[in-house]
Amino acid sequence: MDFSDTQTETEFRQTARVWIQDNAPAYLQAPLSGSGFGSTRTGDFDPIAEAKKWQKTKAEAGWACIQWPKEYGGRGATPIESVIWGQEEGVYGKLSGTFIIGQGMCAPTQVGTEEQKQRHIPKIVSGEVAWCQGYSEPGAGSDLAALQTKAIIDGDNFVINGQKIWTSGAQHSDYGILITRTDSEVAKHRGLTMFFLDMKSEGVDIRPIKQANGDSGFNEVFFDNVRIPDVQRLGDVGDGWKVALTTLMNERLAIGGSIATGFPEIQALVSELIIASGPANDNQAVRSKLADWYAKSAGLKNTGARAISALSKGEVPGPENSIGKLVAGGMMQDIAKFAVDLQGLGGLVTDPAIARSQAQIQAMLMRSPAVRIEGGTDQILRNIIAERVLGLPEDMRADKGIAFSQIPSSQNTGAR
Amino acid sequence: MNFDFSSEDRMIQEQVRRFLSEQSPLSMHRSVMEGEALQATEVWRGLAELGLQGTAIPEAYGGVGAGYLPLCLVAQELGAVLAAVPFSSSIYLAAEAITCFGSTDQKERYLPKLASGEWIGTLALSEGPEAPTQTNLKVARSADTLSGKKLVVPHGLAADFAVVLVASAAGTDLVIAGLEGVERVAIEIVDPSIAAASLHFEQAQCEGLGNPGEGWAMLETLQHRAAVLYAFEQIGGAEQALNMAVAYAKERFAFGRPIGSFQALKHMMADMYVALKLAESNAYYAAWALQNDAPDLRLAAATARVSATQAFQLCARDNIQVHGGMGFTWAFDCHLFYRRSNYLALALGGLNEWENKLVDALPSAVA
Ligand SMILES: Cc1cc2nc3c(=O)[nH]c(=O)nc-3n(C[C@H](O)[C@H](O)[C@H](O)COP(=O)(O)OP(=O)(O)OC[C@H]3O[C@@H](n4cnc5c(N)ncnc54)[C@H](O)[C@@H]3O)c2cc1C
Repeated sequence: MDFSDTQTETEFRQTARVWIQDNAPAYLQAPLSGSGFGSTRTGDFDPIAEAKKWQKTKAEAGWACIQWPKEYGGRGATPIESVIWGQEEGVYGKLSGTFIIGQGMCAPTQVGTEEQKQRHIPKIVSGEVAWCQGYSEPGAGSDLAALQTKAIIDGDNFVINGQKIWTSGAQHSDYGILITRTDSEVAKHRGLTMFFLDMKSEGVDIRPIKQANGDSGFNEVFFDNVRIPDVQRLGDVGDGWKVALTTLMNERLAIGGSIATGFPEIQALVSELIIASGPANDNQAVRSKLADWYAKSAGLKNTGARAISALSKGEVPGPENSIGKLVAGGMMQDIAKFAVDLQGLGGLVTDPAIARSQAQIQAMLMRSPAVRIEGGTDQILRNIIAERVLGLPEDMRADKGIAFSQIPSSQNTGAR
Repeated sequence: MNFDFSSEDRMIQEQVRRFLSEQSPLSMHRSVMEGEALQATEVWRGLAELGLQGTAIPEAYGGVGAGYLPLCLVAQELGAVLAAVPFSSSIYLAAEAITCFGSTDQKERYLPKLASGEWIGTLALSEGPEAPTQTNLKVARSADTLSGKKLVVPHGLAADFAVVLVASAAGTDLVIAGLEGVERVAIEIVDPSIAAASLHFEQAQCEGLGNPGEGWAMLETLQHRAAVLYAFEQIGGAEQALNMAVAYAKERFAFGRPIGSFQALKHMMADMYVALKLAESNAYYAAWALQNDAPDLRLAAATARVSATQAFQLCARDNIQVHGGMGFTWAFDCHLFYRRSNYLALALGGLNEWENKLVDALPSAVA
């Protein structure tokens, strides 16, 4: 066991650090540091343009998506080097938010043909194109395999009709991956097929949805006779579920290592806040919470480190990595509530010009409920741990072994 | 960077696991708990034959000198079977105190006997229902003798000597006192397998350990180091309690289905797993920090301690819940884990104390 850098790792870290010093957009350091959770602050500059610029700079020097093979524009770096890079990139890493879905989940590194990889991955690396993930539907979220968007083969194309929802970033995306139903007469997991498509295709209608926190990160996406060439099919017809699981595993890894918990924010707050009993830092209830949250965030970091080690040894990351988002989501929400509470009514102020730390805490308060839902709800993650890690029996299910067309569903599927 | 134990360390762990699964069944724990013996003597002897008491004790003093990493894994295995031996008191506390603060002469006299298991040591700290502080100690030293009563001394019935925290002219000292001739009375505690005693010193012989006046500071150092090893015992116990719960939930039927298919129980066990995983990862980091005397050892130790206490207490508690009425019987083993989880939680000072230690050790916030 060794938590310190080896000689090679030290050299790698040094090289990365020097390059970042020379090339990173230092003028964005201050606003980025003040970014609330779920938003990227770039001051007077356009966030998407700045994100693309930084991504391109990195890609040209071989510092983008460094864990990917060189032939696709990566650096062929080891998992541990990626961790080191993430540590060194620090606050500038926040600029990558726009690309996370494409880089973390969609890039057909695992499933595309060689020609598709050659064509698409380098542009994901360089930030020229953004991708989105079209999985959830009004009637299919946790129960993703209940999805109804239809794909019917027609010569060299598939014709798509239906609707996706909660599609993050669809309005800024060039491409999307799309899971569809190609057969309703077999069990629900078996009739699915995955594609990727050009989001500018005819018949695609994207409508942003206003979120509870006021932002509009996600969208409804309607498909009206959209034609997708068969060559853009990912995996075999009927194998869509398998492909989806691969991307979900990538998603867990992408999220798991570097997940935000809110700990630095609460620590900073209590170190300067005076409450009725005196400095918040000296209050026993505050200290007790702080210790608990630190222990949890350290636990996540160290668990991530173990996963990276396992990965370096060629082991496949398993369902045990589901704990990251489960712990972090609830913790962030607890922290935000506690932090607001400590400040009294003034803690509700959301104006960054007035609130402490540019209203980071308030942004967390309003964004954290989503962390417990997106990419698998807390309940679904607990189910996964119980069944796939602990081996407990499956839920009693009303849909097992029945053709999809025969499964009962809610009357009101467009539940909004 | 490599965040896992080496295959050599894992081999030692495997060997200990095999030995304990054959030689240290919970029935043996029960016989100690029910007062039939002061400890599982055969287990203690067997561990000594494997050289395990000496795992981290330097070779120069009769140990194996293999360091703390394998010792952590030994602790995890002892924790998993609730071994009824005074390993924690003798090795993580007494031997560690002498290794850290003893003179060469003291090391030569004590460590080989601790390494071979011939002697059992312990730490005498508590004097009553109040947690000890720098100012409330009544047991006092004058020159080479000490007097007063230590109330809850873990493994005090079996120990040959104790490292004792005492008030002295210089403030607080640590001393070593042989227990022959010292009056000891069995004390019932929540975990009777610990064979706790009260020790009544009356002008008992003692020798100083480390510098006079530095007793409290040494104690803090010792507790942080021991906390890492206790954390491994705790995660060993937590994992075993979780395994018991999962196994029972698969077998027991209610409403025509295994109770493990009820989501309320599945989610409860998922939460036990999460607590265990976090604790395990923090313990790994702390093991490394202990082995390497890392600058953040105190923070790492307190973090491991807080997580491990939380995890074992949660797993032991909810293991009873999963078992229903069976879980509340003397005959079922659930309460043994519940008892041990509460002992280990308090053995080095309770959760609240460690939360404070953790916060004290945090680097200040980056504003
Ligand atoms: C901010 C945000 C961004 C998102 N981005 C994307 C995206 O880019 N692409 C995309 O495809 N999707 C995206 N999603 C959708 C997300 O994956 C789904 O919202 C999520 O999977 C839950 O599905 P649902 O909303 O249909 O809720 P439901 O599945 O209807 O769940 C409602 C409640 O029922 C519970 N529940 C459901 N099934 C079970 C069960 N078996 N056991 C116990 N409880 C259960 C859930 O835990 C939840 O509490 C995003 C969501 C959010 C909030």
